[in-house]
Amino acid sequence: MTDRQDAFQTLAQKYEAETGIQVNFELYAPSEQYSQKVRAAAQGQNLPDIFGILSEKKDFSSFIKSGHIADLTPELEKNNCAWKETFFPNALRVNEFKSDDAYGVKPGIYGIPIDVMTIEMLYNKNLLEKAGLDPEKPPATWAEFIAVGKKLKELGIQGLVSGWGEIWMIDCFASNYAFNIMGKDKMLSTIRGEVAYTDPDWIKVLSLFEQMRDAGIPAVGLLTMINKTAEQVFANEKAAFAFNGSWCVNVYEGMNPNLDYAAILPPAASDQYPMMVWGGAGSSFVINDRSGEKEIAIEFLKWFTARDQQIFLANKTKNLPANKDALEGIPTILAQFADDMEYATHPSIWGVSEFPVVTEALDKGIQSIILGEKTPLQVASEVQKIKERELARKK
Amino acid sequence: MRIKSNLENYFFIMPAVVIFTVFYIIPFLWVAHLSLCDWDGILPTKTFVGLQNFKEIIIQDPSWWQSMWNAGYITLIALTLQNALAFLLALACDREIKMKNFYRVIFFIPPVLSEIVVGMVWRFIINDVDGANMINRGLTAMGFGQFAQSWLNNPKTALTTVALVHSWKGFGWGFLIFLAGLQTIPKELYEAARVDGASAWDYFKRVAIPLMVPVIVLVAILTVLGTMQAFALILGLVGGEFAGHTSVPVLRILAVMRDSSRFGYACAQGIGFGAILVAISFIQYRLSKRYRNA
Amino acid sequence: MKSAIYYRTKKVTLNLLIHLFLLSIAVTCLYPLLWMVASSLKTQEAIFSDLSLIPRQIHFENYYQAVSQSDFGRYFLNSVFYTTSVVFGIVIIASLAAYAFSRLKFPGRNIIFTIFIAAMMIPIPGSFVALFVLLNKLHLRNTPLGYILCMISVGLSMSIFLLKTFFDTMPRELEDAARIDGCSKLGIWRHVALPFAKPAIAVVVVFNALNVWNEYVLALIIFDSKNLMPLQRALMMFRGEFLTNYPLLMAGLTITALPIIIVYLFMQKYIVKGVTSGAIFG
Repeated sequence: MTDRQDAFQTLAQKYEAETGIQVNFELYAPSEQYSQKVRAAAQGQNLPDIFGILSEKKDFSSFIKSGHIADLTPELEKNNCAWKETFFPNALRVNEFKSDDAYGVKPGIYGIPIDVMTIEMLYNKNLLEKAGLDPEKPPATWAEFIAVGKKLKELGIQGLVSGWGEIWMIDCFASNYAFNIMGKDKMLSTIRGEVAYTDPDWIKVLSLFEQMRDAGIPAVGLLTMINKTAEQVFANEKAAFAFNGSWCVNVYEGMNPNLDYAAILPPAASDQYPMMVWGGAGSSFVINDRSGEKEIAIEFLKWFTARDQQIFLANKTKNLPANKDALEGIPTILAQFADDMEYATHPSIWGVSEFPVVTEALDKGIQSIILGEKTPLQVASEVQKIKERELARKK
Repeated sequence: MRIKSNLENYFFIMPAVVIFTVFYIIPFLWVAHLSLCDWDGILPTKTFVGLQNFKEIIIQDPSWWQSMWNAGYITLIALTLQNALAFLLALACDREIKMKNFYRVIFFIPPVLSEIVVGMVWRFIINDVDGANMINRGLTAMGFGQFAQSWLNNPKTALTTVALVHSWKGFGWGFLIFLAGLQTIPKELYEAARVDGASAWDYFKRVAIPLMVPVIVLVAILTVLGTMQAFALILGLVGGEFAGHTSVPVLRILAVMRDSSRFGYACAQGIGFGAILVAISFIQYRLSKRYRNA
Repeated sequence: MKSAIYYRTKKVTLNLLIHLFLLSIAVTCLYPLLWMVASSLKTQEAIFSDLSLIPRQIHFENYYQAVSQSDFGRYFLNSVFYTTSVVFGIVIIASLAAYAFSRLKFPGRNIIFTIFIAAMMIPIPGSFVALFVLLNKLHLRNTPLGYILCMISVGLSMSIFLLKTFFDTMPRELEDAARIDGCSKLGIWRHVALPFAKPAIAVVVVFNALNVWNEYVLALIIFDSKNLMPLQRALMMFRGEFLTNYPLLMAGLTITALPIIIVYLFMQKYIVKGVTSGAIFG
C-alpha cells in the first residue's frame, strides 16, 4: 500500500491535532513480503495495535483462532449498530464470519474496511470506435464480445489484457462466469464437493476460454504478464479490453490522463443467472487482540472511517470509500464501479473455501486451454481428480 | 602439546562455527522439524505427520518435478553457454592490454543489477505488445525476419529465453573467478613454455587448463547451486510459472507457502530440494577429484 | 619458414576478432543499463511512449525527487554501514576458518567443513520466520547487530569455500619459510595466507557486498524502525501495491547500482595484481 503513504500521513497528523494521540503508519510493499512480515510478527507476538490482513479467509480464521485479532462486533453494534450502518454491507461481509461457515470461528465481524473495490471489464472507447462500433454500446453478451474480438483481431488490435500471469486474476474471471452460468448455489456446491468439476456447466465455463482463444481475443503475452504490465498496455491504448479492479483509476490516470475508457460488467454468457463480479472490501484493518491500546485503536478506526476522512481518502487515492456516505466528489469512472456494487460477491463471503491445490490446478488448466495445450474436458477431469484426492485426505 | 595445538586450531574456526550454529543450524532444525508436520504457519498447533510430506512430493506432485526439470534445463545452459563464454572472455581479457579495465567493469554490470530489474528490462526489450520488440526488429533488419516470434510468450521458447537471460546476468561471476584463477598462473610458466618451443595452444592445453581445473570445478559447482535456486528473474520476465513452463523449485515452494498455507509441506520441499543439490554437488566434486588424480 | 608478415597479420587479425568479440558482449551488457538510466530521466508517460535511449526531454529532477522523497540519505548510510560491517566480518571470520580447514589439523576438520559446504546448498524457505523468532529470543530483533550477524551467517559458507580452495593452492614453501622465521599460526595467517589470497578475498568482498547491498526481505522482516532500514527499502516506496512510479524507481535503482560498481572497481585491481611474486610451483 505504499502509494497511500501521503494520504495516511496527512490523516495521522490531523488526528494528532484533534486528539493529541500519535498514530504511526508503516506501509510495506510488495504484498507477499508484507504477508511474511505479518506472519513472522504473529509468531513472535510482535504485532502492532492495528494491522492489515491480506490473506485468504482461511488464514484470517487461523489468525483469529491464534488470538491475534479482536472481535469487533460488540463495538460495531453499539448504539443500535451506529458504526456498522456507515459501511457498505458487502465491505463488512468480507470481514465477517457466520455460524454456518466452514471455518470454525466464533461468528462476528473482525475487520474494518477502509475502502472498497470491484473488479470489472474495462474497454477503450477509441479503439472500439476504430473497430466500427458505438463506443457507448459496449458488448453486453458473450456472443457480442466474441464478435467484437474477431473484428479487433482483423484490424490488428489486441483484445484483452489482464494480469493472468498471476493465478488469482484468472480465478476471478472464471468464477464470475461460473456464477453467471450455473448460479451461486451450484457454484458453492462444487466447492463443498457435492458437484463435480466435470459437470457440463463447468465444461461450459472452461469452453469460454477456448472460444476466446479461437477468436484471438487474448493479447500477446496475456499469460506472462503481471497486472501492472497489463495496466501499462491498456493505458498505452494497445489493447481494447482490460479486466481489472477499481484501483486502476488511479493507475491509469498516472500513466495516461487522456485515456477514454469505461467500466462494465463482463459480458454475460447466459441469461439464466446474473453476472457477478468480485467486490467488497479493498483493504481492511484489524485490531490486535493482545494490544494494550485496544480502546484507543478502536476510537481511531472509528474516526478514520468517518465520512470526512473517507471522502478525503477517496479523493486522494481514487479508491472507492467503504463509508457509503462518502461517495461525493469521486470521478465518473469510479462511480461506474460503484454502481455495479450490487452484483458484487467475493470468495471471503461464501463461507467455504476451495482447496488451494484445486484452485491452482483449475487456473493453470485455464492457462493451458488458452495456450491450446489442453481441452476443457481434459482440464475438468484433471481438476476433479485432484479435488477427490483432497476430499479423501480430509477425511 | 598436541592438545594445545588442537585448541589453537579450534580458535581459528570458532567464530565461524558459533555464528553458523546459531543462525543457520538452529533455524534449519526448526524447518526440518516442520517438514515433518502439517502446519499452516499461523495456528499455534502443529500436527506431526512423519514422512508423509516427503512421500507426497515424490509420488503426488508432478508440478514439483516439472519445476526441477525446468531448473535443470536452465542450469545446463548455464553450465555450457554461460561458463564457456565467461572462460573465453577471461582468457581474452587476461592477455589483452588495451581496454582491459573497461571490459572488466562492463562485464560485471549484469550481476550488479538486481534480478527483478534485469527481468523487467529484458522483458521490455524482448516483448512485443508491452515492450520494444527489439530482438525481432533486429532479426528482421538482418534479413532473418522469418525467425521472429514472441520469445517469452510462446511456451516452446519461453524457458530457453529465460535461460539465456539468466546466463547473460550470470556470466560476470564466472568471468571474475576465472580471471582470478588465471592471474595465479605465473607468467614465468608461459615464458618457460615458449622458450621450450611450445606453441600458445600447447601451453594452453598442457599447462594452463590443467592448472585451472580446480577453478573450473569451483565455478561449475557454484553455477549449479546458484542457477537451480534462481527465481526472481523469472518473475520479472514472465510474471510467474506460465502454466508450468517456466516453473522452478523456489517458485513452487513460495507458491505453496503463500497460497495454500502448507508451511510444513513447503519446508519438506525445501529440504528435499537441498538434499538433491547436495547430492549433485557431491557427485560433481567426486568426479572432479577423479579427473585430477587421473 | 613462415614469413614475419604472416605472423604480423595473424596477430593483428586475431586481436581484431578478439576485440570484436569483447565489444559485442560489452554492448549487450551496457544496453539494459543505459535503458535504465534513460528511463530515469523521462516522465512516467514518456517511458512507454518514447522508446529511444536518449530521452527527448531530460528530467534530472527525478534524481532529486528520488532522494528527497524518501529519506534516501539515511537509508543509504544504513546500507553502507551494514555492507561494510558484514564484509569486514566475513573476511576475517571466513579467512580464519578457511585457513584452518586448509592448513591446520584438528579432529573433526573434514566433517565440520563438509557441514559448512552442505549448508551452501540447502536453501531454507521458511528461514525468515525462523530467524525472526530466534532474534526475538536473543533480543537482537530490530537491531543492527542482529541483522549483521544474520547476513554474516548467510555469506559464510560460500566465502569459506572460496577461500579454502585458494588456500589449497598456496605453496607450502611460503609457510615453511615463515615458520622458520618464528611466525605463529596466526602470524602466518596474517602475513602469508591473506596476502596470497588477495584475488580470492577480492571476490569474497565483491560477492558479499553485492548480497548485502541488494538484500531486502530479511531487512523488511527483522526491522521495525524505519531509521534502521537499508536502501532497498527506499526503492520500495516507489513500488506501491497498485502504482509504480517508474522514473523515480529507475533513478533510485541507478543510484543503488553505482556504489557496488565502485566497490568492484576498487577490488578488481587486486584481482589483477594477484600473486606474481616468485611463487614456486612444485
